[in-house]
Amino acid sequence: MTKYIVRRLFQAVIALFMLSVLLFIWLRSLPGGPVSALLGERSTAADREALERALGLDQPIFVQYWRFLTRALSGDFGTSTFVAPGQDALQVFLARLPATIELSLFALLIAVTLAIPLGYVAARRRGRPLDTGAVMFSLVGVAVPVFFLAFVLRDVFAVNLGWLPASGRSTVGINSTDVTGLFVLDGLLTREWDAAWDALRHLILPALALASIPFAVIFRITRASVLDVLDEDYVRTARAKGLTSQVIRGRHILRNALIPVVTTVGLQIGALLAGAVLTERVFSIRGIGDALARGFEQRDYPVLQVLIMMAALIYIIVNLLVDIAYAVIDPRVRAK
Amino acid sequence: MINRKAAAVAGAAALALVLSSCAESERESDGENTDTDGAATGAAGDGSGDGEMSDATFIFGAAGEPKLFDPFYASDGETFRITRQIYEQLLDFEPGTAETIPGLAESYEGSEDGLTWDFQIREGVKFHDGTDLDAEAVCANFDRWYNQTGAAQNSAVTYYWNNNFGGFADQSDRDSLYESCEATDEMTAQVTITRYTSKFPDILAHGAYAIHSPSAMEEHDANNVEAAGEGFTYPAYATEHPTGTGAFQFAGYDQANGTVTLERFEDYWGEKAGVAEMVVRSIPDEATRRQELEAGQIHGYDLPNPVDWNSLEEDGNTIEIRPAFNILYVGLNATTNEALLDVNVRKALSHAINRDQLVQSQLPEGAEAASQFFPDTLPGYNEDLEPYAYDPDMARELLEEAGHADLEIEFWQPTEVTRPYMPDPASIFDAIRSDWEAVGITVNPRPMPWTGGYLEGTEQGQAAAYLLGWTGDYSSPDNFIGTFFTQQDNAFDTGNYDFADELTDMLVEADSEPDPDAREEMYKEINARIAEDFLPGLPISHSPPAIVVSEAVQGLITSPLAAEDFSTVTIDE
Repeated sequence: MTKYIVRRLFQAVIALFMLSVLLFIWLRSLPGGPVSALLGERSTAADREALERALGLDQPIFVQYWRFLTRALSGDFGTSTFVAPGQDALQVFLARLPATIELSLFALLIAVTLAIPLGYVAARRRGRPLDTGAVMFSLVGVAVPVFFLAFVLRDVFAVNLGWLPASGRSTVGINSTDVTGLFVLDGLLTREWDAAWDALRHLILPALALASIPFAVIFRITRASVLDVLDEDYVRTARAKGLTSQVIRGRHILRNALIPVVTTVGLQIGALLAGAVLTERVFSIRGIGDALARGFEQRDYPVLQVLIMMAALIYIIVNLLVDIAYAVIDPRVRAK
Repeated sequence: MINRKAAAVAGAAALALVLSSCAESERESDGENTDTDGAATGAAGDGSGDGEMSDATFIFGAAGEPKLFDPFYASDGETFRITRQIYEQLLDFEPGTAETIPGLAESYEGSEDGLTWDFQIREGVKFHDGTDLDAEAVCANFDRWYNQTGAAQNSAVTYYWNNNFGGFADQSDRDSLYESCEATDEMTAQVTITRYTSKFPDILAHGAYAIHSPSAMEEHDANNVEAAGEGFTYPAYATEHPTGTGAFQFAGYDQANGTVTLERFEDYWGEKAGVAEMVVRSIPDEATRRQELEAGQIHGYDLPNPVDWNSLEEDGNTIEIRPAFNILYVGLNATTNEALLDVNVRKALSHAINRDQLVQSQLPEGAEAASQFFPDTLPGYNEDLEPYAYDPDMARELLEEAGHADLEIEFWQPTEVTRPYMPDPASIFDAIRSDWEAVGITVNPRPMPWTGGYLEGTEQGQAAAYLLGWTGDYSSPDNFIGTFFTQQDNAFDTGNYDFADELTDMLVEADSEPDPDAREEMYKEINARIAEDFLPGLPISHSPPAIVVSEAVQGLITSPLAAEDFSTVTIDE
């Protein structure tokens, strides 16, 4: 197992290095650049040239990359040009990470707790109204664009009913003491119940919007997987042996059906990060997704580099953890 | 290290917030049980002594966040919106107009040659750090501006100084408009400039020339700007300790929430702010800003989309329409399309545009078709000029005469942007494009993201035709046409044309004319020549940008420069 993990980590380092080269070149091949964002709309050609010289952007791209790499290895990932001007790009990532983690975790929690039981029940009642309804519902979840869902949720629950806040992470003036950066958790840890409740209320609408796609995907995989397992010989055998339905459900159906579901949940974490770009933007949540969107708009190279590299790193780690979880659930994998 | 420091600051800020909210709730309960808690009542006494002072918070939704809080290093509207509340300049703008009036200088007088200016500094003005404003402090600011070194000299950092004053002290190869500043007595600052220009002293009303506390700048190393990687790093003064004389003082920037908090400065020399606190929340998405206002979470936001104006008003909000102090134009550049060198082709393009229809269908109420490159509120506006008549036949004829009946033109379309002069670039683009196609011109549209190549490409002369505009910074014709056409290496590449030197000379001459009446005539003449003979670009419209506030907001005075002073705002809840 250790050898396996070490090998996977080594592969990850190579992959990250290659990604950094491609990313560096690709970003700089896009039209525009941080110079436009730094100078604004009133600059002259001379201003532009002077700035490019001052920042070394007039150098050949491999010289620029070498400079980036040597700095990055010493922990300096450059200075944000737009998202948080003047701040260290890595700091921008770290500062924005908690918001995204909180949102994604909450969305994943909603998706998983709704999708897995519903998928199981739907499969057990294949073809009946509950199943048909749930399948339709999950189709809508995939089909409706996240930003549209966000807009509708907000219009109904924030603007018209006034039950929930429309955007942001907390009400102006209600903040908990910063411990982890996850506002709900911080409020609970410091026993500032008002702040925790306020942060939770702010999370509900964006998390629902963000959960729509993983919910649908996890639901469909669970349902399909349970259906597959129901047809397996060992389930029939178990029934024939007269085992209680509780044991059959738990040990035989659910446990085996969950293997593909765990993989899917892991992969959905990547999808959540992608979904967070839109959700955070629409709900003014200052997380990674929002930084990514703003970074692209204004070509903030250092921030984009850090965010994408870190997202890749997280993705690699999550995948590694999924594989390990797989090994734990499925003895056959462990045996290999 | 930075990490820990940042965490400490954030922690302290959060703690302060918690403590202050505790203090607040104590105060509230004090009101109910009088006389029981002497100490707390004493603390609350400061505020209640004034009786009338509101403790309301005004929450404003901004489309972006400020870059930093030192306006001398800024050139973006979101930064100025905030620093405008914290700082004041020697000169100011008459509320609601772009007219220059006294600010921290209660009066000012120039020598006959316009080179030496005496500013009489207002008595009794305090900086937020408790130090007094005097002539020495004013001169310390001028000297600071002029003595910027290294990275700070780049126009990405000091745009306004570079463009208005030119060089810095250690730049022998660049002229500077600035000569010296001397405190001739305690409350008189004498500023000398190197040549006469019509812009001076009006430019000093611009937010970039705000007067800072010299002691705060020294304490927080205000001039320490460095180029680092692909960006610039700014000192703590610019990010955490801005110290001016304004009606609001800086209370904190919460990066996790994107909110800047300002609080009423109790020692302000003038009328104190109408609310105890002003919070500016960054809400990048336009639909979110609207829904936040509808949900009552914010009190107002800038640049509501004109299509929402009616419904916002029906919901009881107020749409405040600012006077239009801007110009939208079609930029032309003959570098990549030689047909444009012929003035008849340019005239044909202008006659082909149905400006009236464009203004009526695509621009908000109050917009006007433009006949020249600046609005009618500036001296030098030529009343005799009419917008180019919509005349497709004439356009066809002119093209025929020029031998370009089959003209083909690449027309750049800005995407991912809205500007005060251009609320919906796509629809404006489509209107002009179809007008041109109607007279037989082949238009090749080239959509491009605003900062993803559009600004860069138009600046470098790659676009034969493009949409761009300008909002004035201060009251001066030179700030419009001088900025556009004095340099010949501009976005229009006027250096391509045979009139380039003549136009430059006229602009320099007008800017150097000390007699205001004579100068006004000169600008009128230049406007006529630009419209009738030169036509380096096509003025299209002036459109009024709006700001929307909820019913509860009273006393907002809008500014044509979008330089609102929010200290007059009160919340009526």
